[in-house]
Amino acid sequence: MDLSLLALQLFNGLVSGAFYALLSLGLAIIFGMMRIVNFAHGAMYMLGAFGAYMAAQYLHLPFWGALIIAPLAVGLLGMAFERTLIRRLTSLDPLYNLLLTFGLTLVIEEGMKQFFGMQGTPYSVPSQLQGAVNLGVTFYPTYRLFIIVFSALVCLAVWLAIERTPLGAKIRAATENPPLVQAFGINTSRLATLTFGFGVALAALAGVLAAPTTSVTPAMGSDIIITTFAVVVIGGMGSIGGSIITGFIVGLVAAIGAMVYPPVANTGVFILMALVLLVRPAGLFGVLERRSI
Amino acid sequence: MIARTLRMSGGIGIWLAVVWLALGLALPWLVFPRLAADIVIWALFAVALDLLLGYAGLLSFGHAMFWGASSYLCGILIVRAHWSFVPAVLGGILAAVIIAAIVGAVSIRRQGIYFAMITLAFAQLVFFFANQFKDFTGAENGLQGVPRPWLFGLPVNDDRAFYYIALAFAVLGVAFALRVVHSPFGQVLTAIRENEPRAISLGYASNLYKFGAFVLSAALSGLAGSLYVIAHGFTSLDTVQWQTSGQVVIMTVLGGMGTIFGPMFGAALYLLINDRLSTLTNSPGFVMGALFIVVVSLFRRGIVGELIHLFTRKKPAA
Repeated sequence: MDLSLLALQLFNGLVSGAFYALLSLGLAIIFGMMRIVNFAHGAMYMLGAFGAYMAAQYLHLPFWGALIIAPLAVGLLGMAFERTLIRRLTSLDPLYNLLLTFGLTLVIEEGMKQFFGMQGTPYSVPSQLQGAVNLGVTFYPTYRLFIIVFSALVCLAVWLAIERTPLGAKIRAATENPPLVQAFGINTSRLATLTFGFGVALAALAGVLAAPTTSVTPAMGSDIIITTFAVVVIGGMGSIGGSIITGFIVGLVAAIGAMVYPPVANTGVFILMALVLLVRPAGLFGVLERRSI
Repeated sequence: MIARTLRMSGGIGIWLAVVWLALGLALPWLVFPRLAADIVIWALFAVALDLLLGYAGLLSFGHAMFWGASSYLCGILIVRAHWSFVPAVLGGILAAVIIAAIVGAVSIRRQGIYFAMITLAFAQLVFFFANQFKDFTGAENGLQGVPRPWLFGLPVNDDRAFYYIALAFAVLGVAFALRVVHSPFGQVLTAIRENEPRAISLGYASNLYKFGAFVLSAALSGLAGSLYVIAHGFTSLDTVQWQTSGQVVIMTVLGGMGTIFGPMFGAALYLLINDRLSTLTNSPGFVMGALFIVVVSLFRRGIVGELIHLFTRKKPAA
């Protein structure tokens, strides 16, 4: 097999893996804290991409500014959703919040279609990252390389923040036993709002990163969220680190699968999910859920 | 059986059934017959989902795979093999059952949000397959020019005549769902929904029961999907898209899960609102999404569910 083609496919796999990792990391953080699955995660990713587009269009902000502004704005929006809607259902079966966030997805997606239409809007690669890099075996677009490195750094930073800082310790404790943590004088409800905001900000960050590589459309979120759900099922939502590793691994395996047998280019992740469910129903890093008696 | 069913669904059950049947018979004279046919077909689809969601407590976000696959196979059997009405519909149901058996075998061990995510992902897999097998499905072009097949030697080209045939099938399907719900099998399902570990400790193989509910729900969805392709004379990738799965979930929750009659009402409401809105705005999805958020936030029993709750609270079941 051609070595440069192999390298190219592996790097492409890492790029999609970077997106899976950022998105499933956000889902895992929110799930860990609140036991809910945020269906609107894809919509937040789409809003991030549109945020970058609008920041360039109306505020003349460059990519680097958008990389900070868009996740902040979407994070605030997410916190508003958490305060007004999601919070009311957290004591119920998590299915209700899945349904609620599904409704949110519809409203956001259809609302964006009203303003921007179905047509894609282009967003250009920042000038500093144009061109390609010679990696020895192959040339690879600089911007895509940046996605891999930047996402990996963000994931590492988030992991360190949760596992190694006092705030992370509070979050982990609130995940384990919210009433006890509250008894220690920590405002768990504010912690939940912040966690939700941070989780969706990660999705928006992924959206900004994706903007220059695809055309920005209102439907871009629902396409990727379904794949991300499959990634989450493969990894299990047990651990923060697990979701990051699974994201990158799934990206790589799907890319290799597509190279060996091209018809599975779109379906690789789902077939992988089916195989994992057969061998390890709980996912690679998960435990099977059981309701109490 | 019907008397027992109605007794179990409370005092208003009888009235609901009478009103429902009268409305069903009058519908093609109240609205455009094609819209009327859509309403009963989607109502049957929503009842199929309710069988799983309302009684087994499993939220499937991938029911489009049954609806879509059956519409494709039923359509192909009519176009390519010139099968008549009933055999083609049975073929469509079989397609749904086979897919449900495979997907169910893999995914039934997971529950709650995981089950929802897994079914969503499998439905996407079916979508990509439908897109890939162009020769059979027509991919982006859809499967077009499906003629109305003959039923018992009679053509069913008139839209009102077809409506009553669809209604007959839907009533059969709903009666079947009611029978299942109130059978010992359905009672065990409800027990599993309420408390699975306890049901297991009582000796019920809960996964087998849930698998059964999944396949039965798929079969009913397959009946609905087959009727859909016959009603429209074509089918397309839209039927296997995740939005279709979402649509039937909205209908079921809107009307009230676990009530059978509620999802039918939800389907009718959804399609009627959509029909009105599509002349006023070009994104009815926005309004439906907002309505759905309101229902999930404030009226979790759904519209019919809240009504039943209101009535039965005043008159406790004897």
